[in-house]
Amino acid sequence: MSELNSALEHPTYNYKVVRQFAVMTVVWGIVGMLVGVLIAAQLAWPALNFDLPWLHFGRLRPLHTNAVIFAFGGSALFATSYYVVQRTCQVRLISDKLAAITFWGWQLVIVSAAITLPLGLTTSKEYAELEWPIDLLITVVWVLYAIVFFGTIARRKADHIYVANWFFGAFIIAVAVLHIINSLEMPIALNSFKSYSIYAGTVDAMVQWWYGHNAVGFFLTAGFLGMMYYFVPKQAERPVYSYRLSIVHFWALVAVYIWAGPHHLHYTALPDWAQSLGMVMSLILLAPSWGGMINGMMTLSGAWHKLRTDPILRFLVVSLSFYGMSTFEGPMMSIKTVNSLSHYTDWTIGHVHSGALGWVAMISIGSMYHLIPILFGRERMYSISLINAHFWMSTIGTVLYIASMWVNGILQGLMWRAYNQDGTLTYSFVESVAASYPGYVVRVIGGAIFFSGMLLMAYNLYMTSRKDIEPQAIPAAASAA
Amino acid sequence: MDINDLRGLSTAFLFFAFIGLCFWAYSSKRKKAFDEAANLPFADEELNQRTLQEESRNG
Repeated sequence: MSELNSALEHPTYNYKVVRQFAVMTVVWGIVGMLVGVLIAAQLAWPALNFDLPWLHFGRLRPLHTNAVIFAFGGSALFATSYYVVQRTCQVRLISDKLAAITFWGWQLVIVSAAITLPLGLTTSKEYAELEWPIDLLITVVWVLYAIVFFGTIARRKADHIYVANWFFGAFIIAVAVLHIINSLEMPIALNSFKSYSIYAGTVDAMVQWWYGHNAVGFFLTAGFLGMMYYFVPKQAERPVYSYRLSIVHFWALVAVYIWAGPHHLHYTALPDWAQSLGMVMSLILLAPSWGGMINGMMTLSGAWHKLRTDPILRFLVVSLSFYGMSTFEGPMMSIKTVNSLSHYTDWTIGHVHSGALGWVAMISIGSMYHLIPILFGRERMYSISLINAHFWMSTIGTVLYIASMWVNGILQGLMWRAYNQDGTLTYSFVESVAASYPGYVVRVIGGAIFFSGMLLMAYNLYMTSRKDIEPQAIPAAASAA
Repeated sequence: MDINDLRGLSTAFLFFAFIGLCFWAYSSKRKKAFDEAANLPFADEELNQRTLQEESRNG
């Protein structure tokens, strides 16, 4: 009883579940990116599927996307949202048990994905490939997540709900709505994994890309902006540049993102007006995106010198630069005339990875380097120079990846639309594939460099977690300033 | 009045809601409260320290 009283009078945070998710962020990052490097290599050297159905590109590609988005990104979001909501509400999570269930439940979802996707069990909906039993499990875990998160906010000690929690909250609600509506499907039998979507034809396509683009908007953007609004000020040791701008940023972003999906369906059977609406809304989206980016960047005003010595801050700020780049590129690619060149080419894949590697992964990695020492009760990460090495590997890997895909994308788009004077096509499709080979090789190199950086992170995490090992001295160059 | 009038009105409503939001967020009355809110990430060091102490006690 006395213990209970002291817990009530002197509350503490639940760091255990944050620690579990943080460790799994690194683990799933390595797994997901390794699969990514493998399938990138398969596109350059197709023999690498070893003629095994389980290693076929068509089965491993959804495994890669699910692993990096939902396992790596998802674990990072769980870790940071549980951490930030406690620290800015100044109250412990409402239930340690429910939080633990969300951890183990989410790991079960990931393991189920890793088993079913190579077996070829798929709904074939992009980023929603998992079949109906797993969809049900995701729904249960997600509802519990919402209960823990919003229940904690309801019991907050601070008056105000800090802006990062608004972004995390929007991400949790929007993903629940998106997942449930897009996954409405009929199993062919209760003892079968196979199901069919309740939507048909163009409606199915529109629901799918309403889901698909808002997976980008709310899973891969709003949630990570929540990270940005906490960890950038924390690491820079100063409050966010403009709290007022952050409010306008939030409402503008959540109001506009939901309309942008049709730009995935330009020049298809989708009605023309819906395509134009998607294009216009995507163009408008530039404003809130850049408003948020500027807010994050300007938080460093007066503290820019810290970038010279702090590789964690470098991760965070460079992730914002990539965010700015890809949120400019996205609206541009959504313009129908540009899209007629870029659609179905590698430019799209380059654009996605400018966001996925440059923005999502780098802001997560930076946030994890801030978090991990706290979660293991250490002053700092074991090695600051390894973080610096990781930073450069991530940056160089991302640049190689996106530059090679730009070249490939424009090359493919131009070759596919080239006509001879008599109206016949100048190139056959396979000629454009052959011409893409150098770009595919450069992509493998870039991806492998980015992946190797994650191995440094895992080593650094392990050494930081060991109680018997002291952190390395801060390198002279860093301590000089 | 048909459904298209409603659609037009909803666009106008969103436009004015956005303008209203900007005025609300940038009103000088709220400056102090927002400054305090912006400092929330720095307001809980004590709780963090207590958590870390408890964790190191429990091994």
